[in-house]
Amino acid sequence: MSTVDSTGWEKPLTRAMRSDGRPALLEDFRARGGYEGIELALRAMRPSEVMSLITMSGLRGRGGGGYPTGRKWGTMPLGPDAPRPKYIVCNADEMEPGSFKDRYLMERNPHLLLEGMLLAGYACEADAGYIFIRDQYDAPWASLEAAIAEAQAEGLLGRGVLGSDFDFQIDLHRSVGRYICGEASAMLNALEGRRPIPRSRPPHMTGAGLFARPTVVNSVETLAAVPAIVRNGLEWWQGLAPAHGGGSKLFGVAGRVARPGCYELPIGTPLRDLVEVHGGGMLPGYRLRALVPGGASTSFVTAADIDVPLDFDSLRRVGSRLGTGTVVTLDDTTCPVGMTLNLVRFFAQESCGWCTPCREGLQWTAAILGRIEEGDGQPGDLDRLAEHGWLMGSDKTFCDLAPGAMQPLQSALKLFPADFEAHITGRHCPYGDVGARALADDGAGTAPGAGTDGSR
Amino acid sequence: MSLTDVELRDIEAVLDHSPDATAAATTAMRIVQGHRGWLSDEALADIGERLGMSVAELDSLATFANMLFRRPVGRHVVLICDSFACWSLGYAELRGALEATLRIRMGETTPDGRFTLLPIVCLGACDRGPAMLVDADLYGPLVAGDLGAILEAYS
Repeated sequence: MSTVDSTGWEKPLTRAMRSDGRPALLEDFRARGGYEGIELALRAMRPSEVMSLITMSGLRGRGGGGYPTGRKWGTMPLGPDAPRPKYIVCNADEMEPGSFKDRYLMERNPHLLLEGMLLAGYACEADAGYIFIRDQYDAPWASLEAAIAEAQAEGLLGRGVLGSDFDFQIDLHRSVGRYICGEASAMLNALEGRRPIPRSRPPHMTGAGLFARPTVVNSVETLAAVPAIVRNGLEWWQGLAPAHGGGSKLFGVAGRVARPGCYELPIGTPLRDLVEVHGGGMLPGYRLRALVPGGASTSFVTAADIDVPLDFDSLRRVGSRLGTGTVVTLDDTTCPVGMTLNLVRFFAQESCGWCTPCREGLQWTAAILGRIEEGDGQPGDLDRLAEHGWLMGSDKTFCDLAPGAMQPLQSALKLFPADFEAHITGRHCPYGDVGARALADDGAGTAPGAGTDGSR
Repeated sequence: MSLTDVELRDIEAVLDHSPDATAAATTAMRIVQGHRGWLSDEALADIGERLGMSVAELDSLATFANMLFRRPVGRHVVLICDSFACWSLGYAELRGALEATLRIRMGETTPDGRFTLLPIVCLGACDRGPAMLVDADLYGPLVAGDLGAILEAYS
């Protein structure tokens, strides 16, 4: 895989990846500038300098939340009186439907994550790291396990990293599975051997986190972005995406496109480029109606908004979020009600059960939507669904699982009203008819109409 | 019954590394499941004895987890992704083909104890959907015709 494309930019997240698809070994990683970030930091920077560099870079979390990384790190207590040990926990529990980039990064470039954690640990004056990885990620596990062994053997991990007085060990922990483990505070409960229900805050995790010690939880891609910022500096980082706050990101596209996969691109790349240029556009016979831009908890974006830049602020302007930046397409042969139902059922299943609005609300939402999809929609159902969006707002739930579930639902109700109506009045899913596809009139299309054979 | 020597040895290795016994609970359960295939009440009692945890505590963790089995499973577990990207790319046909090939319904185990078929949430392989896992092996993109050859490899 080319790490420098025709425009001449150097892709920090993927440059060390091998063209044969196997994991980048230590020698591959070092040949591409690997571990030069931590070397530089240990040799020439104080922890506080690394921290303020990341803060000034404006790096935002790539796990879905988009929280400024430097601001999070900055809340860790520092200095000799800070409680110890302090932890860096990597959230490698990628499980939100539609997210497939952390797997790619961990399998193909495991050392980059290790170096990112070392730098986070150095900046936060932390002692140890955990990588919390989901159960079904066997290949990423193997890749990381091998990389940790290589790093230890070369003095890059453990006591006295690269001969300095900075000690940092990284342990892998395998989840036994459930989406809620990806909620940072629930993850800490899981690591402690408790039922992984989220925690109430305060106290915040950087105050009392894992084993009641100060803990930073960051996502895989967020940590992976750190080494190049330290190695190459702020100006370089800004220069990757000057109009969008700097930096690159690992985007992805899946669905009925010609070239599904992961693509590292500058932040702010137009969505159209991702889908049509890199993803090759829709397969013959399929038309793009809409897409889910950043994982199951992000709102639908219609094809009419395909020129939106892929950055955190621009997606908000079209009513959605960047989230993970891994896009799943909705084509014109796929029922939006059915897709929404699949999404809501996922969240309903994964509710941890702790708080009433989520535990009860998601079951009701799934049941109502299920009836609509089966052709048994009742008058008032759409109002009830809209009301559930309010009932499961983030001011009413214990964590963001249920509010996340409401994003695709509320956006679907708003963007595909004709499809919902067709299910209710027609008392069946029109996409089940042979040859049915959404009629093209505007960006959102219209449900296959009664009396048409679906041809265009 | 109690933990076998091998199970105990594997669990001790984890405990060496663990800040406390409770933190090793899910890993210990995974280890015993690796040896016994699933986690009976007895298995939980055996683990609890070593870790100093009650069966209720361990059951509370095991039943919350989707990869700890509290009922017997086959020698090989087939996990088919039912999340929305794979769903839109042919999950239903693939599921039907699996059920027909194995001659069981979702959630069941073949009479010869060879395969259990279960759904799983997003495998992080959306760009290779529709996808499934058989034990630790990821397959995708799949069509029904691929299944025979794939499943044959698992005895």
